[in-house]
Amino acid sequence: MRSYLLSRLWQSAVTLVLATIVVFLGVRALPGDPALAFAGEERDPASLAAIRAKYGFDDSLLLQYWRFVSKSLTGDLGRSTRTNIPVTDMLASALPVTIELSALALGVAIVIGVGAGVVAAVRRGRPAEWAANALALLGLSIPNFWLGLMAILYLSVATGLFPASGFVSFFEDPISNLHHLVLPAVVLGTGLAAVVMRQTRSSMLEALGADYIRTARAKGLGPQTVIGVHALRNSLVVVVTILGLQLGGLISGAVVTERIFGLPGFGKMTLDAVFQRDYPVIQGVVLVTATAYIVINFLVDLTYSLIDPRIRLAGVPS
Amino acid sequence: MLGSQPQTGGGKNAAAASTGRPVLSVRDLSVTFRTEEGSVSAVDSVSFDVEAGEVLAVVGESGCGKSVTAMSLGGLLPRSATVTGSVLLEGTELVGASDRQLRGIRGDDLAYIFQEPMTSLNPVFTVGRQIVEVLRLHQGVSARAAKSRAVELLTLVGIPSPARRVDEYPHQLSGGMRQRVMIAMALACGPKVLIADEPTTALDVTVQAAILDLLRDLGKRLGTAIVLITHDLGVVADIADRVVVMYAGRIVETAPTQELFDAPQHHYTTGLLGAVPTAGRRASDGRLQEIPGLVPVLTVQPDACTFAERCPAASDRCRTSRPPLAPEENPGRTVHRFACWHPAGSEEDR
Ligand SMILES: Nc1ncnc2c1ncn2[C@@H]1O[C@H](COP(=O)(O)OP(=O)(O)OP(=O)(O)O)[C@@H](O)[C@H]1O
Ligand code: SF4
Ligand SMILES: [Mg+2]
Repeated sequence: MRSYLLSRLWQSAVTLVLATIVVFLGVRALPGDPALAFAGEERDPASLAAIRAKYGFDDSLLLQYWRFVSKSLTGDLGRSTRTNIPVTDMLASALPVTIELSALALGVAIVIGVGAGVVAAVRRGRPAEWAANALALLGLSIPNFWLGLMAILYLSVATGLFPASGFVSFFEDPISNLHHLVLPAVVLGTGLAAVVMRQTRSSMLEALGADYIRTARAKGLGPQTVIGVHALRNSLVVVVTILGLQLGGLISGAVVTERIFGLPGFGKMTLDAVFQRDYPVIQGVVLVTATAYIVINFLVDLTYSLIDPRIRLAGVPS
Repeated sequence: MLGSQPQTGGGKNAAAASTGRPVLSVRDLSVTFRTEEGSVSAVDSVSFDVEAGEVLAVVGESGCGKSVTAMSLGGLLPRSATVTGSVLLEGTELVGASDRQLRGIRGDDLAYIFQEPMTSLNPVFTVGRQIVEVLRLHQGVSARAAKSRAVELLTLVGIPSPARRVDEYPHQLSGGMRQRVMIAMALACGPKVLIADEPTTALDVTVQAAILDLLRDLGKRLGTAIVLITHDLGVVADIADRVVVMYAGRIVETAPTQELFDAPQHHYTTGLLGAVPTAGRRASDGRLQEIPGLVPVLTVQPDACTFAERCPAASDRCRTSRPPLAPEENPGRTVHRFACWHPAGSEEDR
């Protein structure tokens, strides 16, 4: 177990270093001279040169990279060229919104997806499976933005059940915070729920046909234990994999969802920065996203090893 | 051919173990499956008894209905199966019993071991937990008591350092060890009847012998009746007291082991025995001989001998009239019955 975790940790660290390099080079490959972007309307060669000097664009790439890494490590990601607010501060206020939204959406996806998937597998060939499959297809084919708009139209504007936009910090008012996030989380979680449902259904079907299920039934165990313990535990290995792969989609889905519901999160920050070519902000955003992916992957691997002893003990995913 | 049969270990145990009262009594058991291509008759009017401590072997080629018979006893067949007839376990009728009642019996009075020890244990739980589960389910003992009982059971089935093994996962054990765990799990609640469906087929030859010895030993010691399903006549010769030979869902011959090897009557049985190697060679070498032709898949049971297509002695009568499983009363011997119009041993024996 320990050596497995250490090797995964080491892999994550290497990936993170590679990610910083890609972020660093990637941003510098954006179309347009960064100094021009920084200068706004200004086209005077002298002031452009001043900007270059200020941000060190004329230094060698290696030196620039070193500066980028060492500053990043101390939490200095520079300042927005538009607002002059430190990027770190912007992230500190935007990230919690997005993390909470994604976590809630993930919860929605797991509860609905795993639940419906198990029902569909167990009630194979009956109306319940048909209904679950139809719902999954709907969930997959309805775009987030449309679902979001409909939710706002029917559940906020028409009935006033939920606020249509805005955000309240959890620490200020937890109830109001959740009230604001219910719709966005459900909208964001629907697509993932559909994916999870399909995966749960197919891996449950496979597990239910396995020899150890026959053994469990031969022991006299009831359907709850056979399905809910013996089959589900085995199916979850695959479901966790799918979740890990889909979390990236959740992050990009969050961008759209935040926009629709006017949430001051990471998505809004990203879009604004890209449109305004706000150089340091883009860099910070990409760096955080890359780190998030790596951390999530590590957590997924950790979860696997908790679910599947073959991975935990042998250190090789089966 | 008859001179080359292997030593039968089972014959001499038969008299010692016989109590004269069956724990499991199967009468006219038939199983039909509804499939998309129509119905399939997998088991037809099967009857047999097993006594406490006795090992009854059920043999036949692949597809003869051995596993379907085994699964039907405990109500383990899918919903597409229709089961008729009677299965009495110590006087309790199992055919048509409620799911709840069957669950109470399975794992407790009626236990199973399956062919694939590699996949029959749940890979994500420790072997200890899987044994504890069945103990707690049927005996309502505390978790702690169940755990120490699990260690005892692992000791009983000959697993070295059981206190450590109990916390291991199936993938950490060899195939033979896993099958021992399956046996421990099956014997946990002291079943009256143990159904072992090809328990050694997937194992190495050397391991097979050890597992069979263990099964026979524990069966005799605990008084558990064993229904052993196999297509390995070497296995039969090794541990069975009596044999049931199945073909295309029917019992075609049944006799005490020694008797069956000495004087087989049905031509299917003689065909099978033709493959049995000389004494000393057994197990994987003792697979049933290739009798030309295939086991038919039947929609309805014909009024004929289902083996006629492949039988060297088949006559018109065989094709138009079903031979009954006739009792051949043999003073001083246990009943030997066979369903054949022109028995193989008829000229020499009678
Ligand atoms: N679920 C099912 N639906 C339809 N037919 C089935 C089903 N299960 C078994 N059968 C049929 O029943 C017949 C007997 O199968 P069974 O598994 O009992 O054979 P077997 O004697 O155990 O063979 P093997 O040695 O290969 O295990 C076969 O013809 C098989 O196709
Ligand atoms: S009844 Fe006829 S076909 Fe069947 S085994 Fe006997 S001789 Fe052969
Ligand atoms: Mg079988």
